[in-house]
Amino acid sequence: MLDGLMIGLSTAFSITNILMVIGGCLIGTFIGMLPGLGPMSIIAIMIPVAITLGDPSAALILLAGVYYGAIFGGSTSSILLNAPGVAGTVATSFDGYPMARAGKAGKALTIAAISSFMGGTIGAVLLMVFAPMLSKVALLFHSAEYFALMVVGLSAIAAFAGTGNVAKALMMTLLGLMMATVGEGALFNMPRFTMGMMDLQSGFSFITLAMAMFALPEAIFLVMNPARSAQAGEDGGKITGLRITRAEARQIAPVIGRQSIQGFFIGVLPGAGATIASFLGYAVERNIATQEEQKEFGKGSIKGLAAPETANNAACTGSFVPLLTLGIPGSGTTAILLGALIALNVTPGPRLMVDNPDIFWAVIISMYIGNLVLLVLNLPLIPYIAKVLTIPRTYLIPFILFFTLMGSYIGQNNATELLILVGFGVCATVLRFADYPLAPLLIGFILGRMLEDNFSRSMQIYDGAAFILDRPMTLGLLLLALLLVIVPSYRARRARARAAGVADGD
Amino acid sequence: MALDRWIALIILGIALAYGYAAYFTMDQLLPPFMQRNPIWPSTFPKVLSVLAILTSLVIVLGLEKPSGDSRAPDIDYRRLGDYKIGQAGVLLGLMVAYALLLRPAGFLVSTAGFLTIGAMVLGERKLWVLFPVAALATGIVWYLVEGVLGIFLRPLPFFLG
Repeated sequence: MLDGLMIGLSTAFSITNILMVIGGCLIGTFIGMLPGLGPMSIIAIMIPVAITLGDPSAALILLAGVYYGAIFGGSTSSILLNAPGVAGTVATSFDGYPMARAGKAGKALTIAAISSFMGGTIGAVLLMVFAPMLSKVALLFHSAEYFALMVVGLSAIAAFAGTGNVAKALMMTLLGLMMATVGEGALFNMPRFTMGMMDLQSGFSFITLAMAMFALPEAIFLVMNPARSAQAGEDGGKITGLRITRAEARQIAPVIGRQSIQGFFIGVLPGAGATIASFLGYAVERNIATQEEQKEFGKGSIKGLAAPETANNAACTGSFVPLLTLGIPGSGTTAILLGALIALNVTPGPRLMVDNPDIFWAVIISMYIGNLVLLVLNLPLIPYIAKVLTIPRTYLIPFILFFTLMGSYIGQNNATELLILVGFGVCATVLRFADYPLAPLLIGFILGRMLEDNFSRSMQIYDGAAFILDRPMTLGLLLLALLLVIVPSYRARRARARAAGVADGD
Repeated sequence: MALDRWIALIILGIALAYGYAAYFTMDQLLPPFMQRNPIWPSTFPKVLSVLAILTSLVIVLGLEKPSGDSRAPDIDYRRLGDYKIGQAGVLLGLMVAYALLLRPAGFLVSTAGFLTIGAMVLGERKLWVLFPVAALATGIVWYLVEGVLGIFLRPLPFFLG
């Protein structure tokens, strides 16, 4: 691990990469603050830039910086405007906004920044410990287990979608997998499902799909509902009193400790992630707080602010574990990062640590630097960055739309791609109207090729589907996947039956 | 029938067409030597289509009951008229126009036009601010893409070069 760290340090501390972290964090904070633009949209917009950098470590460092920055920016708009730009920071607004209303915006931002910093840093330490261990185990896996593991990952994402939504999430995953089969795969040398169209020969472009699934619907929602782009009033830019007292620090320290660990492990689970981690962190801290402190929650409790902030950052770091060790993304954001890595000719997975230790360790080191940048650089700059909230939406929205167009054009150099982008964007918007989750579709799309490759390889080795029965681990994992999908709906059914029998719960 | 079940019905149609292609038409051109393989190009799509058909049926038939505590959606599609749907439509049309004009009209004209008209659609009327901002932004992006990223974008309309 030590020599790995040294490689990481030397890669991450090159001038370019430090600039990448700083730039990424600033851009992320800047855009993440805009209500409605979450980390997924921002990363999708930044991907073409990252890919043209050509250097995988630099690209991943840039994107990771953007990711942290976006989460931090989201917290800022939650605290200042009660308008969370990101689902993961909704819980932040519960106590952050009341603090800002009480004139303690500066203090709230400092607490948010310190909690994020600690959550991210402790998460990075845990990542450093657990990722190598997990990837050693993963090296023993064969393609059959990989196939099964991906199936588990995909069904876990559907299972975590919540009651009443499992079938929808599963549907979206399958749709993504189906879209991944369009075009000419390396495996068979024949075009599939192209309907004779030349433009589909190489399949759908992942950047276009990512833009169409996240950035474009967000922009359309902003247009349709002006209330979503809440804007700072006259005093929106004024933030004073950034200091916190020692007593307050002592109060939030245990919260930060607990929530970094809990958040990290929630983040590792596929499908869970920053949003669930932050809500759960908030709920747990409220339940274990003393009677007196509980009354404060929701009215500007510093504990209630520190908990979700720590948890969502730790969870972001945790979500890198399955990506870096198994090559399986657990969230929409890591799926986009995976797509970017594949475009740069790097396949994340257990071999990453062996083949490209510089990338692996540079990313981890850059997590520390990223957290530090957010604390040291962004916090003092917040009063100025917050000015971005005063950009009128008449300028903002055309620019967002233009950047989605540009991103997908640069990736493919093809104007037809732009029509595909708009078409899919409209479909994605309609899907969001009906409450279909879109992240599973993108994850399915990105995993589709790998899933089929591993499936085909096992079929070829075992001359048929016998590998499912011959390899106990594969069978076990596939059964687990089945359970994950069935159990939530079974439990919902039982809960309903119980509710029908007994008047009001039990 | 609610929108989500209509969508599931459409997806069911897609899945059926996809499955039909996978089961009946795709393997017709498969060379004989590949037919001895345990895995065909259509194997994986066949599995997918069956799963997709089953899942969409679950939604269409409403087998999975929605949870009672449905939170307020971002946008309620039953009251689409209450939102600025016209603006959204015009902007989408503008994006299509941009896609079609990007090559013939060149990057500078189409981009500056897109930004200006887009802002005006959204209600911006201070043209003396808007024009310089759009022009400046277009110039900066063009410089970044062409100069820094090194990707060629034809700047001017086709009749000028």
